[in-house]
Amino acid sequence: MNQSNQLELHHAIKIDPDKCRACTHCLKVCPTEAIRIRNGKATIIPGRCVDCGECHRACPYQAFHVEQDDLSRIFDYKYRVALFPAVLVSQFPENISEEQIYSVLKQIGFTHTCEVEQPISVLIDSIKDFAQNEYDSEKPIISSFCPATVRLVQVKYPALTDHLVLRNAPHDLAAWYVRMRLAEEGIDPSDAGIFYITPCAAKIAAVKSPVGEKKSIVDGIINMSEIYNRVMSKATGANGAFHTCDCRHEISREGILWSLPEGEKAAFEGKSLSVDGMHNVIRILERLEDGDLPDIDFLELRACEEGCAGGIMMTGNRFLTADRQHKRAETFPKAQSSAGMEELAEKLRIAPVQPRPMVHLDTDMEKAFEKMQKARSIMCHLPGIDCGACGAPSCLALAEDMVRHEARMTDCIFVQQLWQKEGKISADKAFRNLEKKWGENRFDVDCSKRGAKNDNSPGLMNEEEDANLY
Amino acid sequence: MKLNFQVEGGNFAKAGAASSEVKKMLKQLGVPPMIIRRIVVALYEAEVNIVAHAQQGVISVDLHHDKVEIELRDKGPGIQDISRAMQEGFSTASEEVRAMGFGAGMGLPNIKKNADKLHIESQVGEGTTVYITNYFAKP
Repeated sequence: MNQSNQLELHHAIKIDPDKCRACTHCLKVCPTEAIRIRNGKATIIPGRCVDCGECHRACPYQAFHVEQDDLSRIFDYKYRVALFPAVLVSQFPENISEEQIYSVLKQIGFTHTCEVEQPISVLIDSIKDFAQNEYDSEKPIISSFCPATVRLVQVKYPALTDHLVLRNAPHDLAAWYVRMRLAEEGIDPSDAGIFYITPCAAKIAAVKSPVGEKKSIVDGIINMSEIYNRVMSKATGANGAFHTCDCRHEISREGILWSLPEGEKAAFEGKSLSVDGMHNVIRILERLEDGDLPDIDFLELRACEEGCAGGIMMTGNRFLTADRQHKRAETFPKAQSSAGMEELAEKLRIAPVQPRPMVHLDTDMEKAFEKMQKARSIMCHLPGIDCGACGAPSCLALAEDMVRHEARMTDCIFVQQLWQKEGKISADKAFRNLEKKWGENRFDVDCSKRGAKNDNSPGLMNEEEDANLY
Repeated sequence: MKLNFQVEGGNFAKAGAASSEVKKMLKQLGVPPMIIRRIVVALYEAEVNIVAHAQQGVISVDLHHDKVEIELRDKGPGIQDISRAMQEGFSTASEEVRAMGFGAGMGLPNIKKNADKLHIESQVGEGTTVYITNYFAKP
């Protein structure tokens, strides 16, 4: 069965084939082994991808990009709302004030601004309500804040989906909140466009195909780095001390800290554990699956180190961003009670999250068993070097691809070498096989590759351009 | 398909190697997630039991397309009273072991809860053999 048909989930991470050099960096870092090299380009197996963005981070050629809407799309609407997380503000150097950031958003054309975490007290109370009154299975409950970890649970730890908190993420809540506010202003909903400025790809994917919900109420996604650049170019040098914004009175300390490690943990009574970074999250989920975690009531998981401050769309350094965010939080009061916001709280509820286990070998268990035996026999012949030169992340992954008829023995360069020595395959044929996998002319002399004489990887100019410049 | 794992008594750093490997294979097979969970919890507990109590042990996993049969054979103190050991909270673990988060007396009851079939043979002073069978579809 072709894995790409397995899931019809929206993915926000795309590969630009013109930029991809099939260097295998992405292949190695993908936590779900979702990447393969085919015809000289990296490709993503959709049923396995959780949109964590590790590939995006690892790519030296900036071949991965995150789909989003053009900024000009905001002008399709009479009223234009910028919905953004607190990390947007904290990633800027200290000489850029909150006021400047808000004013640049207005200059760009937004008519309203709302920080995603503004109505956080509704979420805090709602999660508490879920923990105390709704959830009655095995501990712990797992935070559903980070969409990449939610997808990871669905795909790789499907038995743990029951543990997920059945509440929307703050950006959904904030979008509902904005709709409510606009209605109070007497604005026709069809006149208003809500644009979410996101720190990561997973949130885009979640907005386009929400878990446990039919449709997201955000109208578009705007690139965080685009906003970063606009703010930097329009706001540099101006006075930095002045701090006001039109909704400052609604922002709370807990809200600002929410997306950082321990942000949710701080609001949660009982034993809780905060884990950030994809590989750490995997380790803790493995242990939870083994029944090997001590008594914990609440598990906060973030795919990125330093939480959203380390999001793949963030320009600022994650530690500096987190530090500024902590400092900013201190200047705001604690969150107020959510009393009176019951209507909004209702919007937070989502249907149970469905497991989406990835198909490794076959959907039929008996066939899968045969294929597994076959893959184990194949492993006897593979070198166990896990070099990635076959286009799969490891020898074992190649063996699995082979029993699914998605790869061949000759994809292994070492096996090919051996077969040539044994006279089983001609040198010409072996080379053609290599070109089939890695692309024609892939092995010609090419001085534009990374580290080579005329390196023109992103950010670098080749000699010619360099010469033109001076 | 047979897999064998050596287990070293007292080496808690390595505890869980067998269950982690078996878990990987069950996921590859496409065994329903909740069934995998039961198997892994039972196996992990039994594996840690060997590490906590015995000098050494061997775990033999016989994987079929519809069930898994696991035999955990250890050289160790043996269990004096199996039916008592099956009671929740009964524990003979040392303070040292308890301080590491093991030995709360939930081991055997937890294995029983998660195994479809469980059989224990033990000889005091010689060792214990635990047989666990779990089916991939409800029988």
